[in-house]
This record gives sequence, structure tokens and C-alpha cells, in this order.
Amino acid sequence: MSEAVVQYKADPSAPRTRFLPGRWFGRAIESDVFYSFRRSKLTMVAAAVTVLFFLLAISASILAVQNPFDPAQLQLMNSRIAPIWTADGQSPFLLGTDEQGRDVFSAILYGLRISLTVGVLGVLFSGTLGIVLGLIAGYVGGAVDGLIMRIADVQLTFPAILIALLINGVVKSVFGNRLDAMSTLVVLVFAIGLSFWVQYARTVRGSVMVEKSRDYVAAAQLIGLPAPVIMLRHVLPNAMGPILVIATINLALAIITEATLSFLGAGMPDTMPSLGTLIRIGNNYLFAGEWWIVAFPGFALAALILAINLLGDWLRDALNPKLR
Amino acid sequence: MLAFTLRRAIQAIGVMIAVGIISFSMFRFAGDPVNQIVSLDTPAAERAQIRQSLGLDDPVPLQFARYFGDAMQFKFGVSYQFRQPVSSLLKERMPATLELAICATILAMVFGILMGVYSALKRDTWLAKIFQAVSLIGISLPTFLIGILLIYLFSVVLGWLPSFGRGEVVRIGWWTTGLLTISGLKALIMPSITLGLFQMTLIMRLVRAEMLEVLRTDYIRFARARGLTTRAIHFGHALKNTLVPVITVAGLQFGSVIAFAIITETVFQWPGMGLLFVQAVQNVDIPIMAAYLLMVSLIFVTINLVVDILYTVVDPRLRSTLNRPA
Repeated sequence: MSEAVVQYKADPSAPRTRFLPGRWFGRAIESDVFYSFRRSKLTMVAAAVTVLFFLLAISASILAVQNPFDPAQLQLMNSRIAPIWTADGQSPFLLGTDEQGRDVFSAILYGLRISLTVGVLGVLFSGTLGIVLGLIAGYVGGAVDGLIMRIADVQLTFPAILIALLINGVVKSVFGNRLDAMSTLVVLVFAIGLSFWVQYARTVRGSVMVEKSRDYVAAAQLIGLPAPVIMLRHVLPNAMGPILVIATINLALAIITEATLSFLGAGMPDTMPSLGTLIRIGNNYLFAGEWWIVAFPGFALAALILAINLLGDWLRDALNPKLR
Repeated sequence: MLAFTLRRAIQAIGVMIAVGIISFSMFRFAGDPVNQIVSLDTPAAERAQIRQSLGLDDPVPLQFARYFGDAMQFKFGVSYQFRQPVSSLLKERMPATLELAICATILAMVFGILMGVYSALKRDTWLAKIFQAVSLIGISLPTFLIGILLIYLFSVVLGWLPSFGRGEVVRIGWWTTGLLTISGLKALIMPSITLGLFQMTLIMRLVRAEMLEVLRTDYIRFARARGLTTRAIHFGHALKNTLVPVITVAGLQFGSVIAFAIITETVFQWPGMGLLFVQAVQNVDIPIMAAYLLMVSLIFVTINLVVDILYTVVDPRLRSTLNRPA
């Protein structure tokens, strides 16, 4: 990796225009990270696949031949049609249909939308929670730090999927078993967020402990900046690298967790399926020989997670100064 | 050493009390236990009487003490969906989960260590590269997808292995085992692979990294200089030193194997504690959820405690740093 070092050529006479978008873009193009990105073909493929999945999810309503969430558009006459390239395939249904006459391709697009929404919101929620708690623990210290970190220790002993399942079950019992699809989505984001905050908190706390003793923090304190401003504007940017790596890997984990919860029947309902729900539905038709109902959603999920994981792996190495 | 053991034990008890409070609050406050017992047309007076007889009018700390005392004797109340004591349900299901988890761990350790050693010693061969690729896929693929893939291949297409259940089991006292019948062993194969695959990739990566590190150390170089055979160096010296962290990780991971068994058991309809728990979550059967949380926490905390203490016994370097006053 040593040849991958390209020094950013700073021009001391240039005016300080940090927030100008054009300048920011130029800096990004010249940076080491972008250089290492261009040198790794696998990473570029992974990035392309990830972007493609996001685009597919965003344009689901344009690309899909039907809205799989709308029961009025589903016709039982069209149920269990094989993919289009097989002998029994029929024209608009590219990847075949399931037992309710739902087009598998459309269902995947809309399911992708749900999976990515839950994943991204889950990462944002757990990230915000973890960063705030980590900043407080590191900056305030003392008993507050002790309490937050002990909770983190205990939670780290338990696998996230177990915690997410428990939170899901408790919320269900408090609000009754009849939650509509949108509230289920919110519950999933909540459960995933509460299961994954620990890693952020630990990382941020570690960075804050290091940065706290630096001169610039003392200077900021001297000119009378309030603690939240110092933490967010001055300390936090120095911890952004590792946070970004954790967020990328956690996006894959959050999508897996959502899919698993839905597969176990504790997530998205059949009326508004995510990829995990589609796999659970399709699993029932495996023995009847209707492999396409489960195979394509499964393949989409696996490809998405693999691509995000590869991106995360690359980002971890690219941002790690020890490996350069 | 004694002080360290004592401190860790007190911490473990603290964790268990915290989990107990969570478990109790779930049991007591998430959903009204009385509503689960009575029917819709039960008069209010009768409800009050049931409430009284269950002790739900007592002060909350007293209720918690009673709950904790009962839990110590493995009494967790009655399941809402099965109308049976939770403890007997768990006891009935536990052998299935433990057998599955132990088989998966053994499988993961044997193959993980073999593949790890191979890919460390023959780093540039194509087989080592395949192992690396497989490990990336093993980490990326969700457990349930691997299970479905195996079922499709070996049950639907080839028809070699059963896709659900435990097969025939033999009863030994209260323990039931599938290890003594052919159908039981056949039923065990796919679930163990599914459950063990993630641990296997983890162990393989760990063994590979540790081996590469150990092979660079001076004492290995010295062993070579002494003229020992390559085999003696690799397996007698290098592998032996690699195994301490591997056994630690495998031990710590045993807890999460039991938790991940939830997914595997659902895919293969394996009649264990995990399947019971998933059904409890689906049907909002709080007593089972609370009891499962307590049982699994107890297993987790005990394993963590034992591994921590064993670690200081095995590795003397750790002991000296721990005894130094902080």
C-alpha cells in the first residue's frame, strides 16, 4: 500500500474557502482515499452495485409493473408464474410471480426500498444515540461515564439480534399485536437503533478522551465556548473517520438484522414486505418447486450485503493510517 | 488472583440482577398478566380476586423479590399460549438446543482451525484464496439464507437429508438425544453446518492471523535454526501458541451460538429453546420471553466469567498486569 501515498498539495496563498462545494469536490478527488478507491477494482464494483441498489429502490415506482403493496393490483389468476425465460413464463412478469399474483421483480424493488429505509434510518438512529452518549461519557467523565460504559459493556455481551427481538416483542405487547405496517417499520428502526449504539459510543468516547487534552480544546474552553459546541464542532470532526467505517459495516448489519427479524415473523408484515418477508413467504413454496419466489429476493439481499461489506472493508483500510 | 476472581464474580452478579430487573419489568408491566388469564366476560370482582391471589397488589419491590426468588428455583410462571409452566417447556426444549450448539461449535472449531492453518502456511495457493473468499461470503450471507440454500440443495433437489425436525430421539432421564439414532444424526447435519458456518469463518480468520504473527517471532526462527522439522515447528510450536486465543474466542462465542440458534431453529423447525422464543415473540408470550432472557443471560454471564478466570490461569502474563494496582 505504500505506493498509494499521494500528498495533498496545499497552496498556502489560496484563500480559506472551506465550505465552497467546488473546492470541496476538488479536495475529495485529490485525496488519498479517492486514490485508493480508484486502485481497487473490487471496491469500484462494490460501490457500483451499492449505488445501483439505492437507485433501484428510489425509482421502484417507475420500474415496477405493479405496486405490490396494493392488493387491488394483484390478481390471483397470475399466481405462481415462472420467470420469463422458462417455458411457462409470461410477458410482464420478468422474475415470475408468487402465490398472490405478486410480480417478484416489483416486490423486490419495493422490498429493497423498505430494507434500505430501515437500514439507513437504523444506522442514523444508532449512530446519533451512540455519538451523543459517547461524547457525554468522554467529555463529562466520572460517574456519568461509568454508568454509560457499564450499560454498554452489559449490552455488548448479548448479540444484537436477541436484543432487537426482545425490544420488538415488548413494544408489541405494550401496543397490542395489531400494529399497522408503518408503525412496525418505526419499531424496527427503534429496535435496531437500540441494538447497535454501543460500538459508536465506545469509539467516540475513546477519541474524546484523546482529544480532550489537546491544546485546541483548552483554547476553545478559554474563549468561553459552551461544552456542546466544543464537542460537536471541534472534537467530533476528529473522530469522524472511524465513525464512518462503523456506520458502513453497521448498515450491512442493520439490513441483515431487519431481514432476519422479518424472516422470523417479527418484522415487516406480508402486506408490506421487505426482502426478509419476501424470503419467508418464498420459503414456503420451495418444496413445491417454485424456487424463484425465494431465490431472487435472497440473491438481491446477499448481493446488497456483500457489496456494502466490501465497501466497509475497503473504507476501514483506506482510512487507517497504519496500513498506508 | 483471588481478588480478581471475586471482583469479576461480583460484576457478574450485578449484571444478572440488572437483567433480572429488565426481565421482571417485562413480566410485570408489558401487558397485564390478569388479562391474559381471564376471559372477556369475567366480572371485575373476580379479576380483583385473581389480581390479589397473584400478588399483583403488593408493593413492587416485594413482587420483584418474589419473582427473583422464584426464578432462582427455576419457576417462571405459566406460558400464555401453552398454559403450561414455562420451566417445564424450557427443560423439554433445552437438550435440542444444547446438542445443536455443541455440534455446531465442534464443527466450527475443527474446520476453522484446519482451514486457518492451511491458509496461513500456504498463503498463495488457490485453495487458500478460495477459503478467504468463502469466509467473506460466510460473514456476508445471513444465516437463514444459508439454511434455505442447504435445504434446497440437499432436501429438495437431492433428497438426501430431512429439512425439518430432530428425527427420532432417545430419552435418557429427562434429557433427549438425537445422537444415537441414524435419523437423528441425519437431521443434525444441516442445522449444525448452518449454525456453525459463521463461527467457522471467524475461527479461520483468527487462526490465520495468529499463525502468521507467530511464524514471524524469534522463537520460531530459533526452532528452525535448531534444525527441527517443519512439521514439528508448525504444529508443535506455532499452532500450540495460536490455540489459546482461539479457545477463548470459541468459548465466548458459545453464548452467541445459542442466541443465533434462534434463526437456525426457525429455518429447520428444530424443536429447541430458540424456536420456543420466536413463537413467544410472535404471540407476545411474555413469561417465556422473560424466562428465556434470564436463562440465556445466565449462560452468557457464566461463560464470560469462566473464560476470564481461565484466561488468567492459562496466561501468566495477564495475571501480573491484573495484580498491579491501577
